[in-house]
Amino acid sequence: MGNGYLFAAYAATWIIHIGYLLTIVSRYSRLKREIEELKK
Amino acid sequence: MKRAFPILGVLTAILLTYALYQALVVAPTEQTMGDVQRIFYYHVPSAWTAFFLFFINFVASIQYLARANPKTDRIASYIAVGIGVVVFAAAFFIPLPEGMRASAVGTTGLLAAGLYFLVRSLFSQTDTDVLALVTAEVGVAFCLIVLVTGPIWARPVWGIWWAPGDIRLTSTLVLWLIYVSYLVLRRFSASGQTPVLAAALAVLGALCVPFVYLSIWFFRTQHPQPVMGGSGSIDPRMMHALLINWMAFMCFAFLVCWSRYRLEKMQREVDEVQALESLKDVSRSAR
Amino acid sequence: MSAPSGITRATLLKDLRLEWRSKDAINSMLFFSLLVVVVFSFSFDPVAEESRHIAGGLIWVAFLFASVVALNQTWARELRNQVLDAYRVSPAPANSLFLAKAIGNFIFVSVLEVLMTPLFIAFYRLRALGPAWQLLVVAVLGTWALVVNGTFFAAMSIRTRSREIMLPLLLFPISIPAILAMVQATTAILTDENSARFWIVLLVTYDLVFTTSCLLLFETVLNAE
Repeated sequence: MGNGYLFAAYAATWIIHIGYLLTIVSRYSRLKREIEELKK
Repeated sequence: MKRAFPILGVLTAILLTYALYQALVVAPTEQTMGDVQRIFYYHVPSAWTAFFLFFINFVASIQYLARANPKTDRIASYIAVGIGVVVFAAAFFIPLPEGMRASAVGTTGLLAAGLYFLVRSLFSQTDTDVLALVTAEVGVAFCLIVLVTGPIWARPVWGIWWAPGDIRLTSTLVLWLIYVSYLVLRRFSASGQTPVLAAALAVLGALCVPFVYLSIWFFRTQHPQPVMGGSGSIDPRMMHALLINWMAFMCFAFLVCWSRYRLEKMQREVDEVQALESLKDVSRSAR
Repeated sequence: MSAPSGITRATLLKDLRLEWRSKDAINSMLFFSLLVVVVFSFSFDPVAEESRHIAGGLIWVAFLFASVVALNQTWARELRNQVLDAYRVSPAPANSLFLAKAIGNFIFVSVLEVLMTPLFIAFYRLRALGPAWQLLVVAVLGTWALVVNGTFFAAMSIRTRSREIMLPLLLFPISIPAILAMVQATTAILTDENSARFWIVLLVTYDLVFTTSCLLLFETVLNAE
């Protein structure tokens, strides 16, 4: 019955969490690149 | 220390999977709402985690301001101890709203004071600023989840997406707004000022919380609203699933905070080095 | 004890005198207030019975926007003339400056409210069914709540990017409980359907807590560099 909503809620939760984790990962790789630049 | 992270990551993933299993399979189906009620197992733990993170942000912000000099540091420590003791004692003498047990309230008071000193011992004064930033960001993410899953739950059950007097959702919304404004301030302020301004805003925001709760509570008594989130006693198997999900999300939040913390520390070191480099360039070209 | 209040009074009188002479801020705010009332009157055109229920909200939203306009220029003069640096170096307590600014803003916003209210009454054919004197109490407490936090956040926003948008962005979330109280109290008094007493007590407590906190934190914020 309400299972569409249930799926939507759980999906939304993980989309938000993974989205945030992706921003951390992308900032981390950008930082790594900057460190390489500095080391030169 | 570094190798602990992947191990904890795997353990947390296992715990989250087990918690999901508990939520979707083991927990009994609710009588009136059906399977939609299972949103509860993600909605409520996210809220508790967000509030916990915001509390840590408050502690970290207070410490950033207080530990700037030894006198205020000592005063703040005494106040922390005092609050813990007073809450613990008061829990047994002051009439509590129904559903709250004195021992639970008392222990929470002691734990809060304990957390203050835990943060104090684990983080230097400058690091409390990083902790504040990290817990605010992760807290906002969890809070957003509460605000998204809440209406998704409300719609099939009550037919409406939002009720302005719903005390839990509305106060969570205000809390989210306060911390989003905190993050915006951090991003837009001049970098030397950021830690102090952010800490001041966090303190004011935390002071605001009881007023938010009180005002919405009274609004609701004057404008009766549907009670979302259910009330009354809860099946022990449901409570079990709820607590497991909470534990799993707290572990997850811990790991996310830890990663973000490491990222931020690294970022600041790089910024320092870059600043030094540009200073050297300036002095070199000045010669 | 006399020195801090002396500074407060001196700063306040100086601000009022400067404002009176140039009438910069007050003129633009006056016109702004008129515009707000007129626009609202076109947007909401209710029958007298309904208008009493929504007027509280409309009026306070209008006052809120007017306050933001007033608050945004709070520290502009000080910034231009490097007064804040002088305060950082001097032994004078920063609180006195804050209090003077807050009271000055309170006076400006109150003037705006006094000018806007008759327009609202006229446009919406308002008449208080409850104890009208309480409206004055609510107005004073509510305005102070907005102004004390607003002056503080204006000081915080001085060196931030997008200064003008920063102020309302910081002010609105924290003011929500106070705004709810102001609006509900005003509606309760206008419609006489409920007692405004709880809201008034809430506003008093809110004002006390936030005035104290802002006074305690201002020095720290001023020296944040």
